[in-house]
Order: sequence, then structure tokens, then C-alpha cells
Amino acid sequence: MNVSTPVLEISALTKHYGGVRALDGVSFAIAPGELLALIGPNGAGKSTCFNIVNGQLRPDAGEVRLKGRDITGLAPRRIARLGVGRTFQVASVFGSMTVRENVQMALIAARGQVFRLWAPAHRMAREEALALLQQTGMAAQAERPAATLAYGDVKRLELSMALAGDPGLLLMDEPTAGMSGEERQAMIALVRSLTRARDLAVLFTEHAMDVVFGHADRVVVLARGRLIANGSVEEVRNDPAVRAAYLGGVTPAASEAP
Amino acid sequence: MSFESLLFQAVNGFASASGLFLVAAGLSIIFGVTRIVNMAHGSFYMLGLYLAVTLAPRLGEVFGDALGFWGAILGAALITAALGALVEVLLLRRIYAAPELYQLLATFALLLILSDATLALWGPEDILGPRAPGLTGTVELLGRQLPDSDIFLALIGPIVLIVLHIVLTRTRFGRLVRAATQDREMVAALGINEAVLFTAVFALGTGIAGFGGALQMAREPANLALDLSVLGDAFVVVVIGGLGSIRGAYLAALLVAEVKALCTALGIVEVAGFTFNMSRLTLVAEFLVMAVVLVVRPHGLFGRPLPPAARRGDMEAPLAPLGQRGRFLVLAALALFAAVPLFGLVSSYAPVLALDMVIAALFAASLHLLMGPGGLASFGHAAYFGLGAYGTAYAATVLGLPTPLALGVGIITASAGAVLFGWFCVRLEGVYFAMLTLAFAQIVWSIAHQWEEVTGGSNGLFGVWPDAPFDSAGGLYLAALAVTVLGLVLLRRLVFAPLGLALRAARDSRLRAEASGIAVEKVRWLAFAVAGTLCGAAGGLFAFAKGSISPEAISVGRSIDGLVMVLLGGVHSLMGPLLGAGGLTLLQDMVMRESPFWRGLLGLLILALVLAFPSGLAGGLRRVRSTP
Repeated sequence: MNVSTPVLEISALTKHYGGVRALDGVSFAIAPGELLALIGPNGAGKSTCFNIVNGQLRPDAGEVRLKGRDITGLAPRRIARLGVGRTFQVASVFGSMTVRENVQMALIAARGQVFRLWAPAHRMAREEALALLQQTGMAAQAERPAATLAYGDVKRLELSMALAGDPGLLLMDEPTAGMSGEERQAMIALVRSLTRARDLAVLFTEHAMDVVFGHADRVVVLARGRLIANGSVEEVRNDPAVRAAYLGGVTPAASEAP
Repeated sequence: MSFESLLFQAVNGFASASGLFLVAAGLSIIFGVTRIVNMAHGSFYMLGLYLAVTLAPRLGEVFGDALGFWGAILGAALITAALGALVEVLLLRRIYAAPELYQLLATFALLLILSDATLALWGPEDILGPRAPGLTGTVELLGRQLPDSDIFLALIGPIVLIVLHIVLTRTRFGRLVRAATQDREMVAALGINEAVLFTAVFALGTGIAGFGGALQMAREPANLALDLSVLGDAFVVVVIGGLGSIRGAYLAALLVAEVKALCTALGIVEVAGFTFNMSRLTLVAEFLVMAVVLVVRPHGLFGRPLPPAARRGDMEAPLAPLGQRGRFLVLAALALFAAVPLFGLVSSYAPVLALDMVIAALFAASLHLLMGPGGLASFGHAAYFGLGAYGTAYAATVLGLPTPLALGVGIITASAGAVLFGWFCVRLEGVYFAMLTLAFAQIVWSIAHQWEEVTGGSNGLFGVWPDAPFDSAGGLYLAALAVTVLGLVLLRRLVFAPLGLALRAARDSRLRAEASGIAVEKVRWLAFAVAGTLCGAAGGLFAFAKGSISPEAISVGRSIDGLVMVLLGGVHSLMGPLLGAGGLTLLQDMVMRESPFWRGLLGLLILALVLAFPSGLAGGLRRVRSTP
């Protein structure tokens, strides 16, 4: 593991909803190039944690640092401009534009050129957009309207857009949700190769355990708002606390029955 | 000003608050359950008042004054409720699944139809009602005489608030209403008869509005301007209180009414040697209250953010620059329009009509920037048209500036208005955006109506004629054509520039746009300013074209004309608004001006459009084409 400054460091994050502690003193960090999975049973606080990091929620206490800089409570678009790309659980792209225009838009925004009223946008960042689409395997579909893409391709397009600002950190909320088994493996392999090529840190939540245990460098487990495990795939897999959190008092056989 | 007069005005404020609350509460309940903002809500208030002043003397003859008066109020409320139920069954039921914009338009069409129906039934004169029997006396309070009727009205608001609260919390109907407000799908899934519930809720809401109108019988005469003025006020109240919240509606109504009353009570104030007549500032005060609330709580005092509405209707195809054939057609059309002064030799009317079309084209195209690429339906684009027209007219007549400079003053006025109002509007989306834009347009209209020294009041400003070389029909026409073409080129460049792309991005997925680092509100604000500025140019040209400008020309009807033009031509096309502008101008010129009821006719046209193509005109045409 890299010992340089972490890309992202969250410390003692706490968030209440009424009397419920959605998040209770959670701390962990991500190093450059690391693929970190954030998992936990339903209601564990994954989404809350995720949404605090990307700026959609403000924590009651605690701090989020990006490359040493305090970003707690900044608006999502400000966090984006500081080099944090993100993808959503239900992939969301600009349906009325072509695939290429989608990526061009993301590049134009990352460069701070949004407020230009006269220059034709279709000539801006064209080559870079095509290069990004090449990396995610979407180049062949560059001229298709985004609204006509298959869902797996929408997810790839969204990933291309998230990479537009050349971010140091990528936040992916269930990157393989809604995809078939084959697509899932291809998607996560793509993310894996991108982290290596760009020294990109990725924080992702995921329900598909084959994805988590097959590809993550490290796994952080939340249960009822608390961090109960933080370690390598092997360590977490054998952690009795994790087993208890996931399975409760139910035997594995019973929980797998439909 | 004394403490007593302040108290006197405070009681008056409570009385006005009741009226405002009754309209806003009905609006809120209907929206909560049906998710429709009823643009015709003020019309039910107006009808309530008309019905009451008609019923009271007739019932009075039979049952005596007192019973007649109160019977008329009850009767008016029941009849408006029944009418509301009828409207729900005949019209609203067909459009629950339609896009938001079409629902707003359909209920607005209803407003136009009801307005002309009232004109046809009761005539244009104001009608005074009888005074309230038993409430003609006064109560002495701290040396001032307070009319009984005001005290009665002041109490009605809280009483209705409490009754509504009990109905909503203690009865089965109330529980259903609250359940439907929270989760409509769930109520449907539980097997509740939604159709009956929706009809009942709409009848309840319109009935309360009619009741509120009828209660005003002793206070103000029934008149035809009530529907829109009440609607504008109700929107302000609902935006402040939070859509869907009853107590929010009462609190907001009280806040607005008391601030207005305070302004009236202060009267003429002297500050640092300047004298202000505070009572003239009531409109501005209302605006300031709303501004403060929206900054602190964007969804109103008790409102919650609406879940993002699912996109209904088709996703539009990517915009593409014109091909060769398109360019040829545009150049041909431009040449045709440039040659219009030549036709003037044959028909002197041709340049006049063409001028109207050119101005309408700029007006519609500027609105389309917000509606199409922006996805924001403005129901108050007339405000910027009006600011441009009044700015130009004032500069040309009172200041005596030369024509191009006067137009410049108008454009700057509109631009300033759009920057100011836009800052508030872009904080909201969907129906909130529509309501706020309409409320601002009502404020501009009221200022034009009331600030007589500058705007000439209800008569407006006259003698706005251009100087040479624009003083001939052809000269002005060519200048207007040049301004319009310039504006259209600017709009087109903008749509294909990064700002236009960002505007479309924010419409397609606000979440993704923010995540990409796009400052959505700033992008929309700039677009709003550009749209308002170009609309102001259209307004300035209009003032010169007609030689005058009056509040009538900048009323909500103008905003709706713009919406119809954009929809006729198709929201999803950049050329659409131009075709729509031409089409509606011709239609109004040839058919509608012939009838005193052309507003109602326009309403029927809108209803026909909405009912025939509930998924949107463009989508409807595509469907027609694909099923030969």
C-alpha cells in the first residue's frame, strides 16, 4: 500500500436523522491507485457516508479531506471541480446529446469554459473526448444519441464523463448495478485497469459480492452506522464481526433460500 | 402615525389574510393530492364573488336580508365546488399523466374560458354586493372604530384553518388526502378509489376558493380583473408558505397581509429630507418578503423539496446545425421577409402584419431559450416584454431620446429586471418556477398600472413614434427585422455554445450536471437574463409599432401567447417558435380579433391542443407520422 498522503481521508464522520445515528464516528482513508469497496447490509450508512463525501449531505460532526484539503460541506459541483469524479447508482447522462457531446460537456465544465456564449461547443475538446471514449470502449458509438444507448453503455458513458476532469478520486455508487454478470466483470475490470493507468483512487459501494471480493484492494465494512472492519479482502472475508453483521442469527443456508 | 392606527391596520391585515389564505389553501390541497397547480384557481374565487352578489338580492327577497346574505355565500361556495367537480371529471382526469407544462396550460386555458364566460354572463361592469346584515356596526377599540365585518373576516381565516385541520386529521377523507399527498402510488396500490378522491379534493379546493370570494361581497365589488390578481397573490403566498402546507399558507398569508397593512399604516414617511409614500410600496413589500423567505428557505416556510419529476414524454433528439437545405430555406425566408415593404405597394396592410410577426418571433424565440433548452416553463415572460416596452416608451416620449437610444433604454430596463427576478426564479424548478415567474409578471403589471407619474397608469404611454428614417412603415419594419434577425442569430449561437450545452445538460440531468462541476443556477440565471433582454427588445419594438403601450398589452395573456407560440411550433425545435409565432399572429389577426371573446377562443384552442396531444405536440406529430 502507498504510504504517501491519502487522496481522501475521512475522520469521525457522524450524522443523525432524528434519533437514528446513520453514521457514528466513521474514519478511513484511501491511497492513490487504490480500489476501495465500501460495503454493509441495508441501512448500514453506506449511502450517507457516500453522500457526505460527494457534498450532497453535510455531516453533524467530522471532517472530509481531499489531498489534505478540508472539503467538508462544499457543494457537489465545487467538489467535482477539485478533482472528484462520480457515477450514480442509476446511471445518469445527458439524453438529448450524442455520446461525444456528453463527454465534451464534461470536459468543457472541467476546464471552466461553461460561460462562453458564442464559440461553437462541438469544436471544443473534441479529440480529448474521443480519446476518453476510446479508453472506455465507447468510441464506436460516439455519434449516437445518449438516450438510445443500452444500459450497460450508459454506465460506460457515465464513467467516461466522470473521468473528464482527470480526477484523482472516483466515487462510484454501485458501479455494476443493473448489469448482467458478464457486463459486471467487464465493467469492474475496466475500472481496475483505469486505476492502474491513471494512479486513480476509487471508492465504490457495491452489493455484488463477487465484484467486491474479486477486485477490491481493500474493503471497509459498515453496520448500523459504525465501521466494523477495514482490511484486505481475505481479512474481511474471515472477520466474524462481518459475518455476524451480514447474517445476523440466521444460518447461511436459510438466508440463501428464496 | 399612532399606535392606534397601527393596530387598526393590523386588524385589517388579518381580514385580508383570511381572503388570501382561503385561495392559497385550496390551491395547496389540490396540488398536494393531484400534483396539478390549478391556474384557474383565482377564477373560482372570482366566480364565488359574482355568484354571491347575484344570489344575495334574490334570496333576500324571499328569505329576508340576513338569510339571503349568508345563504348567498353558502350557495356560491357550493356552486363553485360543484363546478370544480365538473371540471375535474371533464378535463383534469384526462391530463394527470401529461407533462407538467401541459397541465399548467390546460388549467390556464380554463382561466381564459371562465373569464370570458363571466364577461358574457355578467357584463364588463363592476357589481356591488349588499352589506353584511348584522355586521354593519363598528366596535370601538382604543378610540378607533373597527368595522364588525372586518373583525368577522379576520376570524374566518383561523376558523377555516382549524376546521380543515380537524377534517384532515380526524376523518377518513382527511386521512386519505394526507396519504395521497405523501405517496400517491401507494394510495392507488391500496385499492382506494382514486377517481372519487381526486374529484372530491378538487371540489373542496375550488369550493373554499369560491367561499373566500363570496365572503368579500361586503368589501369589494365583483370585477373581471380579480381572477388574475388573486392568482398572483395566491402564488406568492404558496411560494412563501410552501406548496402543500395548509398552516404554511395561513402563516404566509398573514405575513404578506400584515406587511402590506404596515406599509399602508406608515403612510407618508420622511427620511433624510425625502418623503416616501409607503402605501405605494405595498407591492414591493410583498416582493421583499418573498425574497427573504426564498433565500433562507428555497421551498417556503413549511414546504419540502419536491422529488424530481420523472421525465414524461420523449427525450428530444440531439440538436444539429442546419444542413444545406435548411440554410437555403432560412435564406429564402429571410429574403421574403426583407421584401415585404415591396408588397406594401400592393397591400398597405402587409408590412403591418409582417411587423407583428417579426416582433412575435423574437418574443417567442427568447421564451423558447428557457422552455426548450432550459426546460423551464416561464409563465411570466410578459414582464420583460413590458419592461422593454415601457422603458422604450418612456425614453422616447418623456426623455425625448432618439429612436435607437430609446430602444436601448428599453432593452437595458428589461435586462435589469430579468437579472433581478431571474436570481430568484432560477432557484426553483418545475411548477414553482412557473408560479414565481407569473407572480413577478403580475408585480410588473401592477406597477405599470399604479405608478401613474411614470407609466401613465391604466391609459399607458402614448405618442411613441419613431423618428426618421424609422418613421415610415417600411423603415420601422426593416429595422425591427434587423433587430430580430440579430437576436435570433445570438440565440442560435448560444444554444450551440458551451452555455447552451450546459443549459440542456442541466435540463436532462441536474444531478449529472452538478457532478460534472456545472454551476446549474448560474447557467440558468445567465440564460434567464439573455432571454429577458431579447424579450425586452421585442417589447421596445412593439411600443414603436403600436405608438403606445398600456398595461393591457403586457398582461398575463401576453405570456400565454408566448407559451402557445412555442408549443404550436414544438418545444424541441429551434425553428418551431418562429413558425408558432407566425401562425398564432395570423390566427389572432384573422379570426380572434373579430370576436370580443377571443380570449375564450384561445383557451379552447389551447385545450384542444392539450387534449389532442397529451404527450406534447411534437411527440403527437411523431406518433401520427409513425402510424400511417
